[in-house]
Amino acid sequence: MVNFIKRFYLTIMFIFLYAPIAALMVLSFNSSKYMSKWGGFSLKWYEAMISSELIMSALKTTLIIALLSAVISTIIGTVACIGINRMKRKPRAIVMGLNNIPMVNAEIVTGISLMLCFIAFGVSLGFGTILISHITFCIPYVILSVMPKMKQLESSTYEAALDLGASPVQAFFKVVFPEIRPGVLSGFLMAFTMSLDDFIITHFTKGAGVNTLSTLIYSEVRKGIKPSLYALSTIMFLAVLILLMIANLPKGKNKELIKES
Amino acid sequence: MSAPLIRLDKVSKVFDKTKSSAGTMVLDELDLSIKENEFMTLLGPSGCGKTTTLRIIGGFEKPDTGRVYFEGTDITDLAPNKRQLNTVFQKYALFSHMNIAENIAFGLKIKGKTKSYIDDKIKYALKLVNLDGYERRSVSSLSGGQQQRIAIARAIVNEPRVLLLDEPLGALDLKLRQDMQYELIRLKNELGITFIYVTHDQEEALTMSDTIVVMNQGYIQQMGTPEDIYNEPENAFVADFIGDSNIIDGLMIEDKLVEIFGVKFPCVDTGFGQKKPVDVVIRPEDVELLPEGEGRLPGVVSHIIFKGVHYEMEVMAGGFEWLVHSTVCHPVGAKVGLQVDPFNIQIMKKPESEDEEAVGVNG
Repeated sequence: MVNFIKRFYLTIMFIFLYAPIAALMVLSFNSSKYMSKWGGFSLKWYEAMISSELIMSALKTTLIIALLSAVISTIIGTVACIGINRMKRKPRAIVMGLNNIPMVNAEIVTGISLMLCFIAFGVSLGFGTILISHITFCIPYVILSVMPKMKQLESSTYEAALDLGASPVQAFFKVVFPEIRPGVLSGFLMAFTMSLDDFIITHFTKGAGVNTLSTLIYSEVRKGIKPSLYALSTIMFLAVLILLMIANLPKGKNKELIKES
Repeated sequence: MSAPLIRLDKVSKVFDKTKSSAGTMVLDELDLSIKENEFMTLLGPSGCGKTTTLRIIGGFEKPDTGRVYFEGTDITDLAPNKRQLNTVFQKYALFSHMNIAENIAFGLKIKGKTKSYIDDKIKYALKLVNLDGYERRSVSSLSGGQQQRIAIARAIVNEPRVLLLDEPLGALDLKLRQDMQYELIRLKNELGITFIYVTHDQEEALTMSDTIVVMNQGYIQQMGTPEDIYNEPENAFVADFIGDSNIIDGLMIEDKLVEIFGVKFPCVDTGFGQKKPVDVVIRPEDVELLPEGEGRLPGVVSHIIFKGVHYEMEVMAGGFEWLVHSTVCHPVGAKVGLQVDPFNIQIMKKPESEDEEAVGVNG
């Protein structure tokens, strides 16, 4: 009985979590236009999606912004980590605290304040402001993901490289970076996915004429739901899912070890 | 005497200096000369400045004042990667994303050596540290002792003039530590280079060194051969830090006669004046226990521990708990007489202030 309740509880939980997404996926293959009726399996909404210029240009914008903001925030975040790691305990705790606040801050507040900031400085909203905003909110996540690796790295590892004749730049690229690479990589993927599926902040900072997928879906839904959007949402969900799986992949190191010994 | 290989000239270093506080004085006008081919050990408790001294020689710290000379050339401002010395770090600091061969090759690759030269060197170095055939292994598959030997191999392939070792055996267990001490002495003899070794372990220092530098609070307390340091400590700190010892308040009656607990003991030291308070150092193995009624000072055994080679006893005599090592067992409560040979009594001048205590012989 107890076992039954346990399983039931777990099942209910996962149904609540995944039923909406499953419904969306199923409907994206529905050849009927109406949600309430199953018209047979069809890929026509996917074709419609691909042939829609609106969706494709939004997809392009989304990917470019995600890639650029992930690259730039990863560089800035990693460099910041080097500095933070060298700080004394107290300033470091303060900086890490400041770093964590934007992450727990309501996105709508971040979005509105970024928008106000751009307007106040006379920056016209568009592609550039989306990019800047995305870089801004991705940096804390990169720092959070690189920092533990940085802490693991003994300061003597860098010194050992210098000691063996490497210049500070060589020491960074040949020794420090390879050691923290897993953290940098997962920070990059995290930033990429964060940027990919952001809606609120993008909504406030995008201006007219530019759309990412999330803002496009939002404006299209207001006009009336088209099943091609289900197809788009399904693909977005799967893309993010795959990225997250890569980011959280257990490191292959243990396997290597077993093989060798 | 030949010119020193490395010379530190009035080197001072202050940590955590801010506008509001003067910071912690880690080194205070330290002078130190290291000869070619010497095995020199910097010995002292944590915070005594020994590691800072090593880091200054290695180039990882800049002294606030004072200069560092290498064969007479000022290297104070020279970057660590430009110095003719290599360091073995306390936590090995191996590069975990490289295998053993790549770790050892790191310094040689940076210097642009040919592949065949590097391969030869890797083979040679692994043989030297008794780890032949470990080229392809990953760092994490090695034990602590093996990692430490790889760290040594990685340093010596660069043919440094001086090898700096920062408590390299600190993380190893006792048996391994003893084995590694012999390895290090062997390496030192085979390579014929200068070793500067930092440790807080007095046994390590006594076993391996040609010269021991005992440090405390940024000052050199005593510098000399292991025998000198052990047998003739110059102050209470050295006596206490190196081995066990009984440090007793005494009164120097005249040359070669000292009074302890109202009993006169003949000794061999001179030049302390007459009726001057002094510190008397007697090693536990130098106290002889005789039957009751014999000896100079009567006492009662209050504690006994069997240590394998000897018994360690505490003997109450003259209101002081004497530490005594002896191969003869005296049960607790036994009445004994204490005797010390004149040449086993070491007399030291009493420091007049706490400051002088820290300064030691350097001041």
